[in-house]
Amino acid sequence: MIKRRQSLNEPVLSVRDLVIQYEGAGGVVQAVRGVRFDLAPDESLAVIGESGCGKTTLGLALMGLLPKNARIIAGQILYRTRDGRIYDVVRLSGREFRNFRWKECAMVFQGALNAFNPVLKIWDQVLDTARAHGLRDRTRVRDQCERLLRLVQLDPDRVLQSYPHELSGGMRQRVMIALSLLLEPRLVIYDEPTTALDILTQRAIIEVLRSLRQELGFAMVFISHDLPLAAELADRVATMYAGRIVELAPVRHLFYQPRHPYTRGLLLAVPPVSGPLTTVASIPGSPPSLAKLPPGCSFAPRCELATDHCRSEEPPLCTVGADHWSACHCWSAVSLDRRTERLGGASHA
Amino acid sequence: MPEPLLELHGVSVHFRRGRTLLRAVEEVSFCLEPGDVLCLVGESGSGKTTLGKVAAGLLRPTSGSVRYRGQDVWRLPANAFRSFRRAVQIVHQDPYASLNPIRTVADTLVAPLLHHGIARNWADAVERAARLLELVDLVPPEQFLPKYPHQLSGGQRQRVSIARALTVGPELIVADEATSMVDVSIRVSLLHTLRRLREELGVAFLFITHDLAMAKYFAWQGRIAVLYLGRVVELGPTPSVIGHPLHPYTQALLAALPEPDPELTRQKAKLLLRSLDIPSLANLPGGCSFHPRCLYFVAGLCDVERPPLDAVDEQRAVACHIVQQERTGSDALRARMEVPTWGNDERLSSERG
Amino acid sequence: MSNQNALQRRPRSVLGLVAAWLADLFRHDKAGFLGLVSVVFFVGLALFGPLLVPEPGKPDVTKIYQPPSLEHPLGTDYEGRDVLTQVLRGGRSIILVAVLAALLSTAIAITFGSLAAYLGGTVDSVTGLVTDVVLTVPQFPLLVVLSAFVKLDRPLLLALLIGLLSWPTLLRAVRAQVLSLKEREFVEAARALGLSTFHILFREILPNMAPYIVMSFTIGITAAMYAQVGLYFLGLAPLAGENWGIMLNLAWIRGAIFFKDSVLYILAPVLAIALLQLSLVTAARSLEGLFNPRLRES
Repeated sequence: MIKRRQSLNEPVLSVRDLVIQYEGAGGVVQAVRGVRFDLAPDESLAVIGESGCGKTTLGLALMGLLPKNARIIAGQILYRTRDGRIYDVVRLSGREFRNFRWKECAMVFQGALNAFNPVLKIWDQVLDTARAHGLRDRTRVRDQCERLLRLVQLDPDRVLQSYPHELSGGMRQRVMIALSLLLEPRLVIYDEPTTALDILTQRAIIEVLRSLRQELGFAMVFISHDLPLAAELADRVATMYAGRIVELAPVRHLFYQPRHPYTRGLLLAVPPVSGPLTTVASIPGSPPSLAKLPPGCSFAPRCELATDHCRSEEPPLCTVGADHWSACHCWSAVSLDRRTERLGGASHA
Repeated sequence: MPEPLLELHGVSVHFRRGRTLLRAVEEVSFCLEPGDVLCLVGESGSGKTTLGKVAAGLLRPTSGSVRYRGQDVWRLPANAFRSFRRAVQIVHQDPYASLNPIRTVADTLVAPLLHHGIARNWADAVERAARLLELVDLVPPEQFLPKYPHQLSGGQRQRVSIARALTVGPELIVADEATSMVDVSIRVSLLHTLRRLREELGVAFLFITHDLAMAKYFAWQGRIAVLYLGRVVELGPTPSVIGHPLHPYTQALLAALPEPDPELTRQKAKLLLRSLDIPSLANLPGGCSFHPRCLYFVAGLCDVERPPLDAVDEQRAVACHIVQQERTGSDALRARMEVPTWGNDERLSSERG
Repeated sequence: MSNQNALQRRPRSVLGLVAAWLADLFRHDKAGFLGLVSVVFFVGLALFGPLLVPEPGKPDVTKIYQPPSLEHPLGTDYEGRDVLTQVLRGGRSIILVAVLAALLSTAIAITFGSLAAYLGGTVDSVTGLVTDVVLTVPQFPLLVVLSAFVKLDRPLLLALLIGLLSWPTLLRAVRAQVLSLKEREFVEAARALGLSTFHILFREILPNMAPYIVMSFTIGITAAMYAQVGLYFLGLAPLAGENWGIMLNLAWIRGAIFFKDSVLYILAPVLAIALLQLSLVTAARSLEGLFNPRLRES
C-alpha cells in the first residue's frame, strides 16, 4: 500500500530553467526555452498548448526519452524519491534511468493504446513489465494488477486473458493507465490521455483518473491541447506558447482571471456547451515557427495589447498573484469577458 | 412548394468485409433547404462520415434514395448527375491529405475552373482563383497562389480546400470534421469564414462533427441530428437539442462533455451508463441499439422493438420508446427517468473545500 | 496582372525548373550530378557514336591483343582492331533497344496498372489474371526458346519481345501504389469536383508516383540491357553488326579471358554496361528532387 502523506511540503518534481534544443538539417531549434515549475506530491498539473509549443518535448524530457537529435543544453529536472533523495533526471545514467522509469515516474504516451504487442496476451505483457523492473513475485503482481484494473472499471479476468485486438480503444487506454501505476510511482505523466477516444469513453477515463488520484495519491502531469480537460482534472494549469510557460496558476484562477492574453485567447476560443451562446473568438495569426521566433515576446504579433516594449523585450515569468505567474508585461490589462451573444440577430460578430 | 435542395430518404449503407456485414448507416432520412445548416453529430462509428459521402454523391447507398431538387441522383443521366456533383462539394478533415502535395494552390484551384469551362483561359482562371482566396480570408491572394501545401499551415490548407470546393459554385458544402485537426485558436476563425460564406453566398451546410461545442456555435440557427451506430436518434433545432436533450444518448453525451469552466464542469451531473462497451457495427444489439447502455431501459420493449424516429413536436423528433411514452403520459415511466449519476454531492463538497 | 506576376516570379517554365534543379544538384549532390552527366554521355554515344567515331579499321594481324597504348587506349582485339572504338560504337543498338523495351513495359504497366486499381471490378480482375499468367513465365528462358523460332536481328523486334515480357512486376507495384493513393482525400475531392478519370489518374495520382516510375524505368533499361547481352553472349541472336553483346561473345569464344594482354577486350564491354547502369541508378535517385516540391527548396 502506498503511504499517502509523506513530505507534503517538498515538491516531488522541480524543473529549473530547462532549455532543450533539436539539431536538424536547417540548424538548431529550441523547443523548450526556459521552463520552470514545481509539483507537489499529490498535485495534478496540466500543461496546455497547441501544436508546436514544446509540450511533448517537455514530457519526453521529464522521462528521459528525448530522441537522439534533441539535447538538454541547460537546466535541471529534480526528482525527489520517497526517502528524500534527489535525482537530476538530466544527468541520470542508463542504469539509473531504468530504476527511475516506471518505478518512480511512469509515462503514458499519446496513442498508447497502440503500444501493446499484438501477439501477446495482456497478462503476459504486464508480467514482462513487472519483471523488467524487478518485481518477480507473480502473486503480488497479479493482486496489484487486479486491484488496479478494478479501479479503472475493467474486469480483470476478462482483460488479462485477452489479446489487445480483442479490447476496444478505450479499454486499452484504461489498461495502460492501470499499468502505469503498477509499480506505485510517485509521478505519472500523461500525454494527451483522452485524444482519439469517444466522448463517453473520455468521460470514463476522466473519472478513472480522478478516482485513482484520490485513492492512490500520486502526482500527475498531463499534457494536452484540450482546455476543458484541464478544468476537469487539474489543480494547477500551465499554458505553454513557443517553448515557454506563459501562465501558471491554480485552475480556478486561470479560468476565471487569466493574466496572459494567450490564455485569454484560448478560453475565448473554446466555448462551453451548456448554457447560452457566449462570445467566441479566435486568435488572429498562427503560432510562430520555433526556428524563426519574433524578437521580444513571441506572442506579440498576435496580441492586441502588444506595445513596443513587448516587441523588444521578452517578458519573464513573474508573480502576478497568489501562486499565479504570468509572462506578460501587460498582465494587469488582461480580462475575460464572456458576454452572451444576442440570439436571432441577422449577422453575428 | 419547391423541392428541398437535398433529401435523403431511408438511406442505408452496408459494407461487406469478408463474411461480416457492417451496417454503417441504417434508414436515415433528412432534408436540407437552400441555405440551411444541419449538423450531424456523433462519435466514431456513428456513420456520420459515410452519410456525408452519400450526400455528396461519392458513395452509393445500399438502399434508400438521395434526391437533389426532387430527382433521384442515382437515376440521373450523365450530365444531370454532373451538375448534381457540382452542386454538392466536400471539405475534408485532414488538411495534410486533402491537397495534392505536388500541386501549387493555383494549380489546385485552376484545374476545376478550366475543366468545367468556368474560366476561359489560364489568366481568367487565376483571377477567379484569387477572388476565391479572398473569400476564404487568404489575403493577399498573390502570396498564396504560388505556394505548395507543405508551405502552408493547417488552417490555411483548410481554407484552400474550402476555396477549391467553391470553384464550382456549390449549393451545399459537406464539411466533414473540417475543424477537428486544426489548432484550437484557429478553429473559430474557420467557423467564422464558413458562416460568412453561408450568409454571403447562401450556401447550405451539412456540418459533420463529434464536437458538440462547435456544432452549437456553428448551427445555432440550424438543426442538429444526433447519430448513434448508424441511426438518427434525435433531430431538432440546435438550441432545444442542446438545451433540453430528450434522447438518453444525447443526454449522456452532453453530460459527459467536459466544460472549459472548473465550477461548471465539476458540478455537472454525469450520467452513469449501464455499460461502457460500444457494440460493433457487425453485431448490433436487437431492438434499440442503445439499449445495453441505456438507463431508461425497459426489458421486453427496448431490446425487442426498434423505436422509430417520431416527432415530439413540430420541429423535434426522437427515437426512443420511453420518451414517446413519456409524452403520452405515464407516471411509472416518469419515475424511471430519475437516473443515478457519477458525481454526487459528497465528492463535490470535498473538492470545493 | 499582379497575380500573373506572382506566378511568373517562380520558374514556371519547365526549362527554368530543370535549370534550378541542376544547379542545386551540382551544389549538394555531386554523385547525382556526375551520374546525370554520365547518362547524357551514354545517350549521346548511343545516338551519335557510330556517326562520330570512325570504324575500327581493317584487321591487322600484326597487332593482335596489344596492351593499352596511346594509340589504342584499351588495346586491340583478336583481329588487331581498336577496342575503344568498338566500345564507343557498340553501345547504340544495346541502349536503343533497352530504352524502347523499357518504354514499352513501363507504358503498359502504368496504363493498365493504374486503370485496374482505379476502376476496380472486372478490369482489375482481368488485368490481374493476365499479369499473373505472364508473371509465371520465366523471361529469359522464353527468349531463348523464341530465338529458335524467330530471327532476333531486328532491334524493334527484340525491343518488343523484351518489353512484352517485363511489365508484370511493375504493373503490380503501380497498382498497389495507385490503390493506396486513390483513397487519399485529395483524390476524393477531385472526384467530387467532377474532374475526369483521365485527369485524376494522369494529373493527380501518377505525378505523385513520379520518382517511383522513373526508378522502375531505369531498372527496366538495365534489365533489358542484360537480357540482350545475354542473348548475344549465348549466340542466340545473330552476330551481325557490332555491339557490346557481340563483343562479349567474340571475346569469350576467342579465349580473351586467358591472356593478360587481352583481358581488356572482354572487360571493356562489361565495364561499359556496368558504368551505364551505375549512372542510370545514381541519376534516377537524384531525380526525386525534381519531382518533389518539398525537396526543391535549398
